[in-house]
Amino acid sequence: MLKVTEIRWHARGGQGAMLGARALARAAISQGKYAQGMPEFGPERMGAPMRAYNRISDNKFSLYCAVVNPDVVVVLDPSLISTIDVSEGLNKGGAIIINTPKSVDEIRKQLKLANGSKVYTIDATGISVAALGRPMPNTPMLGAIVKVTDVIKLEGLLDDIKHSFGEKFSGKVVEGNLNSIKQGYEKLNG
Amino acid sequence: MTNLQTKKEPGSVKDIKSARFAAMTGNNAIAEAMRQINPDVVAAYPITPQTEAVEEFADFVANGKVKTEYVAVESEHSSMSACIGASAAGARTITTTSSAGFALMWEMLPIASGLRTPIVMYVANRAFSAPLNIHCSHDDTMGGRDTGWIQLYSENAQEGYDNMIQAIRIAEDQSVRLPVMVCLDGFIISHSVERVDLLDDETVRKFIGENKPPYHLLNVAKPITIGACALQDYYTEHKRQHSEALINSKDKILQVADEFAKISGRKYGLFESYKLDDAEYGLVIINSAAGVAKMVVDDLRGKGVKAGLLKPRVYRPFPGKEIRDALKHLKAIAVMDRVDAFGAGRTPTFTEVASAMYGLEKQPLMINYVYGLGGRDIRLEDINNVYEKLMDIAKKGKVDKVFDYLTVRE
Repeated sequence: MLKVTEIRWHARGGQGAMLGARALARAAISQGKYAQGMPEFGPERMGAPMRAYNRISDNKFSLYCAVVNPDVVVVLDPSLISTIDVSEGLNKGGAIIINTPKSVDEIRKQLKLANGSKVYTIDATGISVAALGRPMPNTPMLGAIVKVTDVIKLEGLLDDIKHSFGEKFSGKVVEGNLNSIKQGYEKLNG
Repeated sequence: MTNLQTKKEPGSVKDIKSARFAAMTGNNAIAEAMRQINPDVVAAYPITPQTEAVEEFADFVANGKVKTEYVAVESEHSSMSACIGASAAGARTITTTSSAGFALMWEMLPIASGLRTPIVMYVANRAFSAPLNIHCSHDDTMGGRDTGWIQLYSENAQEGYDNMIQAIRIAEDQSVRLPVMVCLDGFIISHSVERVDLLDDETVRKFIGENKPPYHLLNVAKPITIGACALQDYYTEHKRQHSEALINSKDKILQVADEFAKISGRKYGLFESYKLDDAEYGLVIINSAAGVAKMVVDDLRGKGVKAGLLKPRVYRPFPGKEIRDALKHLKAIAVMDRVDAFGAGRTPTFTEVASAMYGLEKQPLMINYVYGLGGRDIRLEDINNVYEKLMDIAKKGKVDKVFDYLTVRE
């Protein structure tokens, strides 16, 4: 039986969900997995709600379509919770990770989830502002996703980001992002 | 128009030199194939609706990774014109385009094929406006299927990469000398990251070999005329020769595929037959949606349903006889296209397949769907519904409605 871990990102244009999804796919692939990372392909507008998707598996698959029944939902912008149903189609026993300084209990009340779903929170924006000086919640969220899904290794993700970001950005930016990922992994609540 | 394809991001193709596989978008994979091919000339118009493959290739040129003469032209009409000139002069020539860019080079497409210039072109299949849309439809290359080019379609980034390398060999072969377009799904594949297994540079260079044009404009010892006039007296003979060259290219395409299998372990044919041999119900569908459909076939097989699938790869020349032989034992077939042929009441691939089945004593029942226009998602349950429809038709022994739209608002 083919096992594929499916992730759906909810964000607003400009928060880096597409880059995050692609970075996660790259890290999974460099660890020998089969993976996809893709944005939803709507019109890209700063601030507009958007989705991105990941699939990760040990085996080849050819699912060239949107993720409708995610195992993990990632929310980069907490304001989306009140406007769209982020838990739509979430698999039984699935998890939601939300970028917020609020507590897990507070968010769980807000979400009105079916029993069995797990809720995690991480202050990804706070971590990013402290580490990079600006709100880029995608990299701390990558750390959180690795912790929750356990399908790829944190070390591998850090190596991959170090390598790929290293070609484009200064050492300070690379370090800030690596630090963000580690903190996202360590400070996850839930 | 929103410019979706010029977003730069770190770490695409530069870090894969020694690796056997890499994480790449379809565009990355095509650009990587182009780097390994190292063509003499690339002429392209680098804005929407272009693909980032050529943008990335321009980086390779600027960074000295290839020896290519890169011509930044002012339109796609000019890019194809420049490619024709370069190819006629004996240069190994590549270009890329999409959607409206493809439409703008239309006038030059039959000239490229009629002059037998072996240009290779990557097309990320995208919709025509209006209404304004830049997402995946097969409007561009399906519209251009009768411009005399060889057409290869690709399910994913891997097939795009592999087809691009094989296209050079096919186009430049002495028995072919025709331009080749390599098509894959815009955005769904062109902008999505997945795993691509790569060949090393030396293997690719050995495989494609040297371009040896039998005659070209720069050979002063053997002057020739290119683009001569042929009116009522000889035009028909030229067209017939062109058509026969295209039909005959089939053997070379298969031979190149066999050789490619030896260096890559990946086997290509005129089309992919997926669990078709003992199937009762089959789909005919190209590009990425065939991947989705294969997952549905696996699921149905698990439930004891004899489902199968045929994914055309070589669309021109159209392998009608081979497709007929692969499909004739089925009870019911759905032919699905990501394009509408306005006013025809049937889509291009249905017309091709139905024509190939013509004359069979016992014909399978056939239906035709338009799906996924302008990037509309096609899901597992959508494909599953099509197979259920086929089972229903086979049970009743007749088709009520041949042509329909899948997942459309009524």
